[in-house]
Amino acid sequence: MALDQATVARIANLARIKVSEDELQAWATDLSAIITFVEQLDEVNVDGVEPMTGVGDFSLPLRPDVVTDGGYAEVVTSNAPNGAHGFYTVPKVVE
Amino acid sequence: MAVLTDLTIAAARKGLDAGDFSARELTQAHIDAMAQHKTLNAFITETPERALADAAASDARRAKGESAGPMDGLPIAMKDLFCTADVRTTAGSHILEPFTPPYESTVSGRLKAGGSVMLGKANLDEFAMGSANITSYYGPVTNPWVASGGDNRQRVPGGSSGGSAAAVVARMAIAATGTDTGGSIRQPASFCGIVGMKPTYGRCSRWGIVAFASSLDQAGPMTRTVEDAAIMLQVMAGHDPKDSTSAPYATPNFSEKLAAGVKGLKIGLPREYRVDGMPAEIDHVWNQGADWLRAQGAEVVEISLPHTQYALPTYYIIAPAEASSNLARYDGVRYGLRVDGGDLKEMYENTRAEGFGAEVKRRIMIGTYVLSAGYYDAYYLKAQKVRSLILRDFTTAFESVDAILTPTAPSAAFVLGEKQDDPVQMYLNDVFTVPASMAGLPAISVPGGLSDEGLPLGLHLIGKPFDEVTLFQVASALEEAAGYDARPAGY
Repeated sequence: MALDQATVARIANLARIKVSEDELQAWATDLSAIITFVEQLDEVNVDGVEPMTGVGDFSLPLRPDVVTDGGYAEVVTSNAPNGAHGFYTVPKVVE
Repeated sequence: MAVLTDLTIAAARKGLDAGDFSARELTQAHIDAMAQHKTLNAFITETPERALADAAASDARRAKGESAGPMDGLPIAMKDLFCTADVRTTAGSHILEPFTPPYESTVSGRLKAGGSVMLGKANLDEFAMGSANITSYYGPVTNPWVASGGDNRQRVPGGSSGGSAAAVVARMAIAATGTDTGGSIRQPASFCGIVGMKPTYGRCSRWGIVAFASSLDQAGPMTRTVEDAAIMLQVMAGHDPKDSTSAPYATPNFSEKLAAGVKGLKIGLPREYRVDGMPAEIDHVWNQGADWLRAQGAEVVEISLPHTQYALPTYYIIAPAEASSNLARYDGVRYGLRVDGGDLKEMYENTRAEGFGAEVKRRIMIGTYVLSAGYYDAYYLKAQKVRSLILRDFTTAFESVDAILTPTAPSAAFVLGEKQDDPVQMYLNDVFTVPASMAGLPAISVPGGLSDEGLPLGLHLIGKPFDEVTLFQVASALEEAAGYDARPAGY
């Protein structure tokens, strides 16, 4: 299926990637080629087939829901752009 | 004395044990090679001072009669996808350019605790997305190989672990770590003429490896011999409670059957891999590999993996879907690049537009689309079901064979710039490696010979889940029969 410019704009918005108006058509052409390629799967009969959701034949482990780590906010935030006093910062979101 | 940078892991260990040279001398020789071959751009970050200090510590241990393990004192390259404490980790991306992890990934930590000496962080495709190492923000890696007959055009090393492969074949590192999502260890190993091994999904912890597609990503060794790969995997592998998909199984002795031969083993050749338009030289190296195994007493039979042709389209739904989810974390808030905007949403959008390269954006957008409301069932759920069929093909095949032999890649290393404008053409590089990834199976690429142009071609073996021991056994027999000793001129 060919993706149109409106679809690309919608995807870009969902993905939070800025795509300018004049780039939309190039992306539409580019992504359509890949979507067309993967649509080969239409010809595979998957009636009664369960989706594969994990690789190993072991179940995921459970552990007690207790705190096992932490207490070093300064380290955790050490790579934050504009981090301050062990906190992350974002542009003002409440007027 | 042998040239120190020519030594394998196995030989270097012997030399260190015998006192023929020190870890510091061995490390210095590799640091000198790195400086000499800097134009290959195999490293994003070099850590020579730390390497020499770690090598000196190894020598001190040895002087006291102690050893941290089979890799103690051996200088290696670390793919820049493994988080390394206090050493910048970029994943080949602009968005992680300022990122210095305060913690160490489990696999790099195991290598470090085992005494191995990290020379630096190897270049890679951005977020491990690519098959030519041309999507790195830090520039492409050059393959040390050039074609014979005066064609000196620059070749790609394959990808995504292209820096690791180039470093190992150019003798800048004795071995390197790689990661493999759809072929990112095996395809560059084939293009550069080295051994590249992807263990069973779950064998190595993914904790601290920058995530691309979590149901596929797996770390593995890149070395110059099969024996070295087995030794290195022994240090890298093992259960890790910090990765819930890490297999809770004991680690076998991977070297156990290296010399056992293949007499009595059954090797399958999947007829669906004989694709239309396969170059004669690829067909030839594949037949040659089958003949070698047959000559050593293996029974070689044709098998069928009926859904092979659907593995690549399945991969290009599942891997981007997982990538779009994993890469949502790069938001300009917690780490990495931030590009300001008028409000929070614009800050996200500006950061991600500037921080990600074209291939990463492409995969995030494909992944977002196939997971979006109204399309999820048609694409993502469908792909998960086809993935079940691909796994079933292998499960059935392994009822009658011990390992599967195929070519690693559909061509030798291509010229930089080729296939660059057509993503689907680029994706076809992984046509032979992706099926094993989809099924989570262990697989290895071993040099099989040279192409008509004098470039390396790999042979690919796929094993049963968690049966790396047999995989190494067959790979070792193949390696011995191939007698491959070619190396790029000038390296």
